[in-house]
Amino acid sequence: MSSQSCVEVHTEWGIVSARQAGRNKAKEIGFGNVDQARITTAISELARNIYLYAEKGEICIGEVSEMGGAGVKKGLQITAKDVGPGIDNIREVMADGFTTSGGLGAGLPGVKRLMDHFDIESTSGEGTTITAIKWLR
Amino acid sequence: MEPSIIDFIYKRKQLLVEKWLEEVESVTQDSAITRIPEDIYSETNREFIDVIVNTLHVSPEEAKERLRSFVERLIHIGWPLSYFTRGLQAFRRVILEEMKENTQAEQAFSTFGEVENWIDGIVNQLVDEYTGSWENTLNLQKLALKELSAPLIPVFSHISVMPLIGTIDTERAKLIMENLLEGIIEHRSQVVLIDITGVPVVDTMVAHHIIQAAEAVRLVGAECILVGIRPEIAQTIVNLGIDLGKFPTKSTLRKGIESGLEVTNKKIVEIE
Repeated sequence: MSSQSCVEVHTEWGIVSARQAGRNKAKEIGFGNVDQARITTAISELARNIYLYAEKGEICIGEVSEMGGAGVKKGLQITAKDVGPGIDNIREVMADGFTTSGGLGAGLPGVKRLMDHFDIESTSGEGTTITAIKWLR
Repeated sequence: MEPSIIDFIYKRKQLLVEKWLEEVESVTQDSAITRIPEDIYSETNREFIDVIVNTLHVSPEEAKERLRSFVERLIHIGWPLSYFTRGLQAFRRVILEEMKENTQAEQAFSTFGEVENWIDGIVNQLVDEYTGSWENTLNLQKLALKELSAPLIPVFSHISVMPLIGTIDTERAKLIMENLLEGIIEHRSQVVLIDITGVPVVDTMVAHHIIQAAEAVRLVGAECILVGIRPEIAQTIVNLGIDLGKFPTKSTLRKGIESGLEVTNKKIVEIE
């Protein structure tokens, strides 16, 4: 990974600055309008989860590249890390409509649909790390 | 402070100032201060050191007042706080250095203590002034933001518009709900158009608040139309899997007003 910038999230304003950082990075890499919106929305969801459930954590945004069939492809990677309560039931959390906060329950499954690659690691009581990548087409 | 120490500092004022200026040049080189023009910078340095040294021979109240007016002026032009704290640290180093060479060992401790107290007092006041002014700015901005937060504007009889601009957080979401419901009663609206053209990101939380607001609007007997959905926002809403099917949505405010007029049995006609 060439460059990575991290934003700490422990207030609602942290969500806004994480989003801003993501939008800037997406623009820099060359994503179009729609993908920029997808990326910022995904960051918004992840950052809000940190704020709501873990109280604090950080969002890191960086550029990634991968050798593919058609040459090198570039992408943007979001890493959301916290040392909060962790998630016991990842399967349930990834199902649409599951919520513990009275929200819509579309956050994590939504992020998965918004991005191309989605990976979640969580240990109960130790925290959660979510990695998501959007490839530039 | 002991008169002997004051005396000590006064006698060496010139020397201390010279040494301090040298010291301060080196510590502030890497900070934001380098962008400030040379002449203003050195003038401020002189003034700063004068203000500090002069606090010794006037009454504490007077000293405080002088420091305050000096600092206020610099806060106003955006001088960084780090300049003052580093400058004072440098000043302390210079004085203590000077004293080490010229004081007896048994006196040294009490003298050092006095100087520390004196400098700490100045640092504390500076930090207080700065945080005070920051808090002030922050509160004013919060207030300003709240004032432009979520107005409900009656555009035709029974039709009102709420344009939303900027990020929606929990506090604002509450305001939106309150203003919406109060405004509907006050203007006797039948149709409310919520315009989200200016909302940069619609995530599940924002969508949730909008859905709740629309539901509440329905309960007080009015209809809610969501307008200003940009194409990229429409796509992310679909990707997120948010169901906005419970109330009508339109792409632009104009189309929203057209269907609002339909609901209220009115239409706009051209005059022959």
